Amino acid sequence: MADDQPRIFTRRDLLRGAGALGVAAASPIGVLGNPNDTDHSGHDGSAALDEQQARIGVAPARETLETLTAAEADTLEAMCARIIPTDANGPGAKEARAARYIDRALGGALAGQREAYRAGLAALDRYATSSRGKAFHELSPIDQDSVLMDVESGSATPGIFAGSSATFFNLVRTHTLQGTFGDPFYGGNANFVGWDLIGYPGVRTMVTAADQQQLEKNTLKPNHKSAYDTEMFNKATVKLDLPTSAPEVANGD
Amino acid sequence: MATRLKDTDVVVIGLGAVGGVAVLPLAQAGIDVIGLEAGTWLTRRDFAPDEIRFNLRDWPMAVHKADGEVPSSRANASAQAFRGGSHPMMNGVGGTALHYWAQSWRLNPWDFKVVSETTRRYGASRIPKGSTVEDWPFGYDELEPYYDKVEYEVGVSGKAGNIKGKIDPRGNIFEAPRQREYPMPPLRGTAFIDKMSDVARSVGWHPFPGPAAINSRSYQNRSGCMYHGFCNKGGCHVDAKNSPHVTTIPRAQATGHLQVVTRAHVTTIEVDGEGRATGVNYVTDGMEYFQPAKVVLLAGHTYENIRLLLLSKSKAFPNGLSNNHGQVGKHYFSHHQGGGVSALFPFDLKSWYGLPAQGVAVDDFADDNFDHSGLDFIGGGNLWVMSDRRPIAAAGGSTWNRAPSWGSQWKAWIKENVDRSHGSYLQKTTLPYEDNYVDLDPVAKDPLGFPIARITAEFKDNERKVATYIQDKMEEWYRAAGAIDVSRGGVGGAMGPSTHAYGGTRMGDNPGTNVVNRWGLSHETPNLGVLGGSVMGTSGAHNPTLTAQALAWRTAEYLAKNWKSVAK
Repeated sequence: MADDQPRIFTRRDLLRGAGALGVAAASPIGVLGNPNDTDHSGHDGSAALDEQQARIGVAPARETLETLTAAEADTLEAMCARIIPTDANGPGAKEARAARYIDRALGGALAGQREAYRAGLAALDRYATSSRGKAFHELSPIDQDSVLMDVESGSATPGIFAGSSATFFNLVRTHTLQGTFGDPFYGGNANFVGWDLIGYPGVRTMVTAADQQQLEKNTLKPNHKSAYDTEMFNKATVKLDLPTSAPEVANGD
Repeated sequence: MATRLKDTDVVVIGLGAVGGVAVLPLAQAGIDVIGLEAGTWLTRRDFAPDEIRFNLRDWPMAVHKADGEVPSSRANASAQAFRGGSHPMMNGVGGTALHYWAQSWRLNPWDFKVVSETTRRYGASRIPKGSTVEDWPFGYDELEPYYDKVEYEVGVSGKAGNIKGKIDPRGNIFEAPRQREYPMPPLRGTAFIDKMSDVARSVGWHPFPGPAAINSRSYQNRSGCMYHGFCNKGGCHVDAKNSPHVTTIPRAQATGHLQVVTRAHVTTIEVDGEGRATGVNYVTDGMEYFQPAKVVLLAGHTYENIRLLLLSKSKAFPNGLSNNHGQVGKHYFSHHQGGGVSALFPFDLKSWYGLPAQGVAVDDFADDNFDHSGLDFIGGGNLWVMSDRRPIAAAGGSTWNRAPSWGSQWKAWIKENVDRSHGSYLQKTTLPYEDNYVDLDPVAKDPLGFPIARITAEFKDNERKVATYIQDKMEEWYRAAGAIDVSRGGVGGAMGPSTHAYGGTRMGDNPGTNVVNRWGLSHETPNLGVLGGSVMGTSGAHNPTLTAQALAWRTAEYLAKNWKSVAK
């Protein structure tokens, strides 16, 4: 009878001992892909400040970049801010810190798209400069929108974008939505502005019949928590499934 | 050279929805079983409610053998097969049942007798041209005790509509007689689901809550469902989803007769000179092992079952194991789940919480529940309205040509409408055809260098007609409920890889057209059993898992009762 119950390792154990345990060979995706393997909780001591800034309508200062260059981040933040603008309907991608989400993800799960961002952001700036006379992030919002319409339609492509500019637009739009409406754990949706915008009442581990009724009566209070704020998911542990019993080898064969 | 391991009675390849169920009756009979699983154990703490991790990044944490083996596909033999895309086939103890929707339907009696019943009622000419459909070797009544067994062992919630012939309109009045009520009441409704149910009744249909292998209340010492909205492609954080890894597998382990081996990537099934299976080869951490066994049970996903047989070539079986009649990979089809219908309502649906298995079904147009005399197709579809929404997908959804896709106008539109659209789930009869099949791709390989499976299949005229008919019914339902816009998907061309994949090792009495016999054992390799959707010759209009599990239990029970004659 095998004892196949999983063992629990702390993150520190894992980082220290991964090689010796053969973890990398056994399950590289398991180790690298687990969000518990990072410290990006997004809920450190700066949360109170973030909230204050959101209330008075000032976006928080840019965090230390992890993947993008400062120039790339300028362009990307400006683009995200036009895709989901800050307007009469409240905060947008800028306040949600969607660009921070993208910056982080490009160093991890979305690393395969790093080159598309490098090329696309540079092309966007070239197109803005050649057609409107300024770098994209220096244009007025109206001019930025007209540039993005060209990028979205593909008409900005010839001689400027390597592939279709529409492909680049859709890539950034997709990731801006992820960074605005995804779990704050990944660096976006700061202060839950994305979930509040669409009325998503938040991640819960339990939704009772009474909760559902409150939702239907518009009285359910939003739950401003990341999934990883929940006790059962927030421990800095990673479960591994190492063989706990070696296969039984037959004698005499 | 593979290391030869100690002999065992039965080796099961794959501890998913079917292998994970079959181990229990075997272990309870005192038969020693080794279960080989390519993935690992996962627990409740692996299942955070996280849309990015589970729905966008596709289960990043388990060993994903299946990722390297997603079949290539093409519509027909003259088209170029292409590879790409993902498939939710899951490696892990519990298999794809770790994250499936857990809808647990019985088939309708018609599904077992499509040929004879269609001929009797409408004439033989109504069997679609080119279809290789056959009657099953037995009818619904033969499988009923096994449906019942699995519903209680695994745990299924629902409302019976026909107990021993007594019809209850709160359940599915079209279902065949069952011997007793479901072990748990149905999952709860929502205001929108209840409204859709009322509307269906008002137009003369017979709506009912669908059955789910999800606890509607505490069952077998596990929690009831928490309805938190991350069930779709997510595992359960309270073990309320009844995957075998929390139901039948632990109970089989407790007998002392099941040994679970994880991260075992099976490469071939071995046979002796007489064509009997002798065991299986597998790889783990780059080491090769041979696990000898008296009986081999192949229990992977349909694509894996077909592929492993075709890869297991020997002197006795030069074209792949159990394939001397050329039937492995034939009679393949995937459930027609495309041709969807969506609706936009002028009010919020309040569907942020819930799960895909929580909803209302209409079976008035499924199978042969309605008269096809004046129609030009056979079969039908199940209409399913559920509660399932997550924020990123909702915000990125269609704007129904009523707003641009970004900017302030878009933002204003989604703020108002993000919770006002609904997509139905329509499962339709799909038949096997002579030119739809799965074989080995002549070019594409998996990371170990073995050919992947290749699908050559397309939906035919009958499937497209069923789809259009069912779309009409779904649109009627939405409109009656007040939808202000309805959109329809295309009704089908090529069949790409599907979760509901059937056939390829079909069950039947005739070895010339079927791979396994009526007990699920190979005609050509008598100590090899095959479990899963690959043995099913028809799909009906309902999810396959419960039927595949009932068949698996039946094969395992037959094996236990006839151990000496099968194992020798």
